[in-house]
Amino acid sequence: MILRYIQRLPGKADYILPALLLAAALLIGGLSLLPETASLHVSGYVVSLFGKYLCYALLALSVDLVWGYAGILSLGHGAFFALGGYAMGMYLMRQIGARGVYGNALLPDFMVFLNWHDLPWYWYGFDHFIFAVVMMALVPGLLAFAFGYLAFRSRVSGVYLSIITQALTYALMLAFFRNDMGFGGNNGLTDFKDLLGANLQSDGTHAGLMLASAILLCVFYLLCRALIRSRFGKVLVAVRDAESRTRFLGYRVERYKLTVFVFSAVMAGFAGALYVPQVGIINPSEFAPANSIEAVIWVAVGGRGSLVGAIIGAILVNFAKTVFTGAFPELWLFALGGLFVLVTLFLPRGFVGLWAQLRSRWADHQTKKREGISKGDASERRGEMPEGKLEVGE
Amino acid sequence: MQLLRKLLPLAFCLLLCGQAWRAASADAIDDAAAGFGSSSYADIEQTVAALAVSGDPAAAPILQALGDGQLMVTDDHHLFIQADDGSFTDARTHQKVATDAAADARPVKVNNKVRRAIAAAMGQLTLLSPDAAQRRAAADSVFHDPNPARLPLLDSAIAKESDSGIKRRLEQARAAILLSDTATSPADRLAAIAVLAERGDQDARALISASMTSSDPAVAAAATTAVKRIDLTLSLWSGAQSVYYGLSLGSVLLLAAIGLAITFGVMGVINMAHGEMVMLGAYTTFVVQDLVRLYAPDLADYSLLPAVPIAFLVSGLVGLVIERSIIRFLYGRPLETLLATFGLSLVLQQAIRTIFGASNREVTNPSWMSGSFDLGGLVLTYNRLWIIVFAFAVFAGILLLLSRTPLGLQMRAVTQNRRMAASMGIRTEWVDSLTFGFGSGIAGIAGVALSQIDNVSPNLGQSYIIDSFMVVVFGGVGNLWGTLVGALSLGVANKILEPVAGAVLGKIVVLVLLVLFIQRRPRGLFPLKGRAVES
Repeated sequence: MILRYIQRLPGKADYILPALLLAAALLIGGLSLLPETASLHVSGYVVSLFGKYLCYALLALSVDLVWGYAGILSLGHGAFFALGGYAMGMYLMRQIGARGVYGNALLPDFMVFLNWHDLPWYWYGFDHFIFAVVMMALVPGLLAFAFGYLAFRSRVSGVYLSIITQALTYALMLAFFRNDMGFGGNNGLTDFKDLLGANLQSDGTHAGLMLASAILLCVFYLLCRALIRSRFGKVLVAVRDAESRTRFLGYRVERYKLTVFVFSAVMAGFAGALYVPQVGIINPSEFAPANSIEAVIWVAVGGRGSLVGAIIGAILVNFAKTVFTGAFPELWLFALGGLFVLVTLFLPRGFVGLWAQLRSRWADHQTKKREGISKGDASERRGEMPEGKLEVGE
Repeated sequence: MQLLRKLLPLAFCLLLCGQAWRAASADAIDDAAAGFGSSSYADIEQTVAALAVSGDPAAAPILQALGDGQLMVTDDHHLFIQADDGSFTDARTHQKVATDAAADARPVKVNNKVRRAIAAAMGQLTLLSPDAAQRRAAADSVFHDPNPARLPLLDSAIAKESDSGIKRRLEQARAAILLSDTATSPADRLAAIAVLAERGDQDARALISASMTSSDPAVAAAATTAVKRIDLTLSLWSGAQSVYYGLSLGSVLLLAAIGLAITFGVMGVINMAHGEMVMLGAYTTFVVQDLVRLYAPDLADYSLLPAVPIAFLVSGLVGLVIERSIIRFLYGRPLETLLATFGLSLVLQQAIRTIFGASNREVTNPSWMSGSFDLGGLVLTYNRLWIIVFAFAVFAGILLLLSRTPLGLQMRAVTQNRRMAASMGIRTEWVDSLTFGFGSGIAGIAGVALSQIDNVSPNLGQSYIIDSFMVVVFGGVGNLWGTLVGALSLGVANKILEPVAGAVLGKIVVLVLLVLFIQRRPRGLFPLKGRAVES
């Protein structure tokens, strides 16, 4: 089915980015395996860093799918990312076995520390990789389904949806901070040893994980691309641009929204799952609302409503973050905050849309010059402000 | 040697009897002086006990001095108290004496056993003290450390006591002793349970519940009913206390959310930097406090009063600048506004962190806001009470401004029908800016209040922003009364769930319930009705 979509696609330009990413991943991965003395050797740190960017790019892709194409601004996608990460973290914890500090083969270290004697039921099955993979998709997916079903059915949309998604991830963060939740509390899950038998400290595993992230990103990119070019995707864009009208035309808007929301959550879950072994830790601060909003800004920087833009934005902003926090740590938040403001004010379509924006501005300029129109549009726009929202009881 | 050691206590007992005999005729202080002259710790300990029983007014300072190691005794049995500066006072007359009069004085020896005896003796002595507050404290200390040995003294204290409140406490202390003594008769136990049941607090419950397993069925039954009764009253009081805490939290939420209700509810602008306006207000309070301390230290207690208008101006001006420079370009694009203001909040936080440092800044409570008072079983702290009052005052002020002033009229006109308002000659752009600045200024005022109960740190605003949005959405956007009801009910719900589910879980439950509530009623508790809503 996927193949059929791909065959139908016109143009090959869209394949350039995934091809480039794969090539870069292969190159970096290959260079990291060179002996350390080689002049072209790349350190494991760089490999993990690039792998991290790729996971962020996948998260950005999932945010872009719901925000850019369905108009759902989720400020809680970090929650799905973190849940996927926890699923992977639980599997990795079980792989530690008796090699923990307490040497307990049955329980992870933090449970021994908390004086627990049995494994909680929700940890059952995480010894098996396949089960863990299923959970990486299932847990974020189910949460997104339950949440989306309730929200879209009662037509919660716009900023209200944004705010309650933020509350959702905030509530999860508070919950995971609790020790008796059984997910390691404040410290989260860490001290991982190996994944599928491969030592997580070795360069080979780093390269493999980074490559896996690149491949997964490309696969999801192609899936999303097929999705938005299908009939389904066209309806999504219609929902984004005129929800009521689409509903009146007979489409079950909430089903479209729910489907894409769940799919996007699963994507974010996988991104988190690949992120955890590469950074070596998952803790509740991944649920912080600020993280989710940061993911949104990657999309905004790259270009909302453009899959390539989301990927580029995520990599670009995170690269800038690495550079900044290394060189002038105290300036990073200024830069990030400034980025939020400048992009929303001056780059509504992001860097990817910059060229088109400039061209249309130029074209506008030309027409205006010819027709002599200068003012008038600005005040029209103000009329869009929500009206009639003040009630003062007397 | 062994024999001597065994005989010694006997000898002291005899000696003590002799002293008691003499106490009737001679002075208790003289006897004490003789006893303290001894080089044996056991002797000194006995003397302490004897002194306590004497009830002599000079006994307390002597024991105090003994405990502090300042009691001196001469070979001819004179007691002196040496002050910190080395001067001597006569222990009996409290007159200063020449240093050479006490030339051969040596300190009375004290070991841990003697210190324990001193502590017990002090507790007993103060039971008979002429100072009512001291007697009350002594009664409470006996209650918390029921020792059957004190029963005779307690009885005499009860007989002498004229203050009915203290007498009740003394009787409760007596009941506590009776209940914790295994030798007490069932009849005494029943009486004691009745006395303690009347007291009805957690301590009384603990004492009574020990008797629930008594072998005497009448005592056990009485204890069980008493415990049940105490549990009921206790749960009522703790419920009331939760409501008070809830109201206090609710008024904090109200303060934090009311500015948001104006910018978000009235203008439709999602201001994620609202929390930072609150933070700015808190830092303004800190700066004002430091300035007042520097230039007018006498008025330091009242530095909060100028802080309120200054915080309003600072946050309001920052809000005005934000509106002019950023938000006005984003009207009608709420999602973009959200992102831009979030970026702004990061910048503001970092700016404050750069200027003031990342650590908490200390804003002290003025004296009129610290402390607490009891109301029945409730403990009401003054700072919480003031914040409740303050929140309601601010709320009333905003209502008045919106309904009674020209600016309020213009604000309502612009938000209800922008074009019509513009046609009537209202400068809508100015009204937008002023409304936003006003909402931000209110946030600054909230910061003044929050600086009294929370840490003043760059992250202050973040901890309130989600709660504030929840309040506004829960109450119904664009409705100030809804914000009031929303804030108070969320506050009370949080605090009532807290003892049941724990602080964090309680908060999670409230958040989840809220999310579910919004699903059911997307427009909040008090939705606006009419066509204008569907814009």
